[in-house]
Amino acid sequence: MWGEEIRHMASSHAIMASGVFMATVVPAVLVPGFSVYGTHLLWQYSVAGVVAVVNISLFWLLGVSPPTKKHTITYKVSRLVRSCLYLLLSCLFFHTVVVLYGAPLLESALETFSLAVLLTSLTTLRCVCVLGPNVQAWIRVFSRHGAMSVWDTSLQMVVGCSVVGAWLGAFPIPLDWDRPWQVWPVSCSLGGVIGYLTGLVVAPAWIHWHRKHLTYKSK
Amino acid sequence: MRVRSSFFASFCLVLEVLSVALFLRGFFPVPVKSSYSSKSKLSDLPAEPFTGSSPNLSKVPDPLFKRVVIVLIDALREDFVFGPNGRKYMPYTRHLVERGSTHSFVAKARPPTVTMPRIKALTTGSIPGFIDVVMNLNSPALLEDNLIWQAKTAGKRMVFYGDDTWVKLFPKHFMEYDGTTSFFVSDYTEVDNNVTRHLDSTLKRDDWDLLILHYLGLDHIGHISGPHSSLIQPKLMEMDDILKKIHGSLILKETEGALPYLLVLCGDHGMSETGSHGGSSAHEVNTPLVLISPAFKRKVGMEKPPTVEQVDLTPTLALGLGLPISQNSVGRLIQPVVEEASLRDQLRFLHLNGHQLSCLLKDSMPAYEKEEGYEQFRVAEKSHGNWLKLVVEGNTSEVLNNMGKKVLKQYLEALRVMSAALSKQMGKYDMYSMVVGVVLVFQLLLLLLLAMPEALSGASEVDLPVSSALLSLPFYLLCLLLFSVHMLVCTSAESACYFCSLPWGLVFGAVALSSALLCILVSMAARKGTKPPGKSPSRASGGGWSLSELDILLLAGTAGHTLSLAASSFVEEEHQVWYFLLNTLCLVVFQDVCRKYFRERSANIGVIGCSEDEDCLPPSKEGYAVASPLTDFGVTGADSERWLALATPLLTLACCRLLRSLNQTGVQWVHLPDLGHWLNSSEHKTVLSLLAAMSLALIYFLVQRRCSWVSKIALALGLLGVYSYRAAVGNVMLPWQHSGGNMSKGTMKARFVYVFILGIFFTGSKDLLRSQVITADARLKSRGLWEIYSGVVLLVALLFRAHNLPVLCCCLLVQSLMAQFIWKKLHYDAAQTTIMHYWFGQAFFYFQGNSNSIATVDISVGFVGLESYVEAPAVFLTALSTYAGPLLWASHLICYLSSENRSSVAVGHGCYCLALLRSVPAAAYVVLVTALRYHLFIWSVFSPKLLYESMHTLLTAAICLFFTTMEQSRSSSRP
Repeated sequence: MWGEEIRHMASSHAIMASGVFMATVVPAVLVPGFSVYGTHLLWQYSVAGVVAVVNISLFWLLGVSPPTKKHTITYKVSRLVRSCLYLLLSCLFFHTVVVLYGAPLLESALETFSLAVLLTSLTTLRCVCVLGPNVQAWIRVFSRHGAMSVWDTSLQMVVGCSVVGAWLGAFPIPLDWDRPWQVWPVSCSLGGVIGYLTGLVVAPAWIHWHRKHLTYKSK
Repeated sequence: MRVRSSFFASFCLVLEVLSVALFLRGFFPVPVKSSYSSKSKLSDLPAEPFTGSSPNLSKVPDPLFKRVVIVLIDALREDFVFGPNGRKYMPYTRHLVERGSTHSFVAKARPPTVTMPRIKALTTGSIPGFIDVVMNLNSPALLEDNLIWQAKTAGKRMVFYGDDTWVKLFPKHFMEYDGTTSFFVSDYTEVDNNVTRHLDSTLKRDDWDLLILHYLGLDHIGHISGPHSSLIQPKLMEMDDILKKIHGSLILKETEGALPYLLVLCGDHGMSETGSHGGSSAHEVNTPLVLISPAFKRKVGMEKPPTVEQVDLTPTLALGLGLPISQNSVGRLIQPVVEEASLRDQLRFLHLNGHQLSCLLKDSMPAYEKEEGYEQFRVAEKSHGNWLKLVVEGNTSEVLNNMGKKVLKQYLEALRVMSAALSKQMGKYDMYSMVVGVVLVFQLLLLLLLAMPEALSGASEVDLPVSSALLSLPFYLLCLLLFSVHMLVCTSAESACYFCSLPWGLVFGAVALSSALLCILVSMAARKGTKPPGKSPSRASGGGWSLSELDILLLAGTAGHTLSLAASSFVEEEHQVWYFLLNTLCLVVFQDVCRKYFRERSANIGVIGCSEDEDCLPPSKEGYAVASPLTDFGVTGADSERWLALATPLLTLACCRLLRSLNQTGVQWVHLPDLGHWLNSSEHKTVLSLLAAMSLALIYFLVQRRCSWVSKIALALGLLGVYSYRAAVGNVMLPWQHSGGNMSKGTMKARFVYVFILGIFFTGSKDLLRSQVITADARLKSRGLWEIYSGVVLLVALLFRAHNLPVLCCCLLVQSLMAQFIWKKLHYDAAQTTIMHYWFGQAFFYFQGNSNSIATVDISVGFVGLESYVEAPAVFLTALSTYAGPLLWASHLICYLSSENRSSVAVGHGCYCLALLRSVPAAAYVVLVTALRYHLFIWSVFSPKLLYESMHTLLTAAICLFFTTMEQSRSSSRP
């Protein structure tokens, strides 16, 4: 079942993962003095940008997103505007959550916001691409037994892995090792990206493994 | 034997407390003490060693100094004097160090680097154990043999100005004294002026022999703003001027022919990079020691000061003043101080020091004769005698001089080895007691874990195979085996062992308990194995293994927290772990709420994803017809309830974020500015007053709902009393009280509040008793419990500092909101609710400013409403205010669980979960500490945490007992 979709997913995930690697390697070659720790903001934005571009183009090409009912220009524009609005709101949401978790309120607000942007590009952007700017559908997918296609399942796993990765990434911060990656927010964004990559690998593999037992409610 | 799970849990926890106590007794080494309770006497001093017949040799060595002035600056770090900034900070002292007739050293203090044990170390020469700090939060008189006592007995007249710890340690020892209290950390000028103001008149007079000055200001500056603050330099310059003044007047007083003076500048401990102390980092341990006297050779330039132990000052001062060295001193004479004396005197001093050390060695080690240092000392003593014989015979050759120097070297080496051996003796653990404690704790934990399915079942009863275990053959065999092992260990142990010194009855009880536990465990495990594995061992949430995200988080969080205790950083920053977990908990609860309300709505609508807009349809109200009406918050209607339920976790999150910035705690980020400091600074007194008043009003509003009208009035008056007490102490101001000058202790006002607290407790317990004995009225009982709870709240409000009142307020707010909208509405079972309560309790423990170091215990709480220090109430109040967070949440838990009408076993489940939640980290930590006992941070990080853990276990045991009595009444009233 879904053999073709799984193949599509695996290859698109491979492209996304290589995109993340390229976003790390290419600036290291081009920009003098680039390092993941030293110029962390740059790295964050390059990863976020590449992930965004790769996601949008891949999902547009694959045509996973739900078919639009209307085809008027205004409708499309309003969808686009709403998507952007949701992305912005998601940045603010992540920023708030990170501050609630104890990030300093005013000091290093830029770093915190960059982390929020990175997390948005890893999670919310994929939601927008797969499900469209539809909060109801998002809530459905993220509640139990809410997935309706392999793409929904993969979305759940990738988003979950990214968030859990960023969450786990906070744990080394209190240790007194004085390493450069313990500086806020390096470990969290590293954790998020590593979680994202794990999600990209795990999702197709898990779906492939469980393809016999997967059943989805029809729409 | 079937027992109720609450009774079972409390029983296990009480036994666990006892085992942990045994472990603690083995873990904290008892300080080396001479077995004689008497003190060294001048007449007991040994004669000079002399080979052959003894002519009348001088028994008592002459003192070297006439007058001694000790300037002790609290938290004086070594680099403040000797470091690159020393020239800027203390120019005169630095000049003396480089050019004057001085000796300078770096004196190493032993952890715990806290003032009181350091003063004890300086005066007795012994190394106070860690346990001393805890046992003596208030410092009662020092009964051990010490320098001050010796000086007083020898008729020296002493004058003391400074930290009143000295006055408490040595009552009636000083001819003249003025103690300043160190409780007001924010004051750093007045404390020192109170010392300096006596200086001029004292220095003019001639009627004293020993002057001790203890300056606290520097330490206070360190606590406020750290070692790099701009306040440090002026303070050190002030100290430098004082030293200059004293030195100048001593020089003026000096007369030809008389014995010289000695001026000692020292610190009791250092200051870490954050400005605190107590640990064992280099900055906290290294203190300067500068000895100034015309008897010394003039220095020609700055040399790197050699390192000595802080306790070395004690024998040096004792010998310098011609006093016997105190019995328990492990210090050794600082030889450069006496190097200007004749060789014979020098050897005499070293001999006295060596004799004292060898006596202590004899007392504290059974096999002292095999000790290397002891043998060396005997050899040196013998050659000393030979040398002395030649000297008395009138031999004065160069060879004799060289021989004397050799004896000197022998003595120094012997002293070094003996001192090291004695210091090492303190680091010895009583492994046998520790192992027994660990084994018992683990057996109890396993018992709790194995009983989990039964304890959390609907019947809430545990079937313990006690009688079959006690009547079985293996039990008796095990008893015999363990008893013989005990005999074997105790007869072969070379060092003292606490468990062996216990009476036989107790030991037999412990052995029988351990073997019975083992038998019960085995039979329970066997029973488990034979049972069909269908029954879910997890909590009774619908059967099967279906764990929700919340369950996963609760289990993983508990396990993760236990694991995190292995890292010293996570112990230091434990609050971060709890805040993190609590935040995640709130988010998961939020997700649960969202799911419930949005899914329900979707189900009602019947269409999923009908529209892309979130609020396209008006929310249907049919689904909430059964929802109970809200009475407390004046909100009606299901819609607003839904929004309140959605807002509750978010509000909790916001509260937590605010509270965590109220008190910075831990180690790494403790220096960051926090709201608590901001509020406590004098210019923000108005804000603090307003905040305190608002918090008290909100506390009243939140607590009074469920109380009887008598308690309501008592509560209102009590809270007013709390505010007026804070105003009297000077924390907050009253609008009509403008002159903030008169600060009193507010004893009367605090007692006024105590009366109301007792009144509330009385009405509460009266209700509880009536509900238990006369009528089986659940409502009456619930009201009684709420009254007890409100009494606890009032007591905590009285004890909390003014800036901590918002913590209490937020605690109550979160409790009532969560109970109202989350725990009841989402039907979380007793186990889940208990774990959440436990987490909240832990987080609030840190919100109120606690940490895992002893330094954050607020001892001043022990004086609320008391004129002077009375031990029992002070300890009780301090413990209560320290553990206010966990206590409040636990008492809310019992109120919540017993007011809940649907399940009669909820209290039992809650009690069991609480016991388990406490046993898991306690047992893990006990093992961990045993494994890490040679870790570098064992004394600074792990042992304080161990004390906190044991105290928490004790508190939880008490709470569990209360739970048990509450459940008992329920079960007895229901059949």
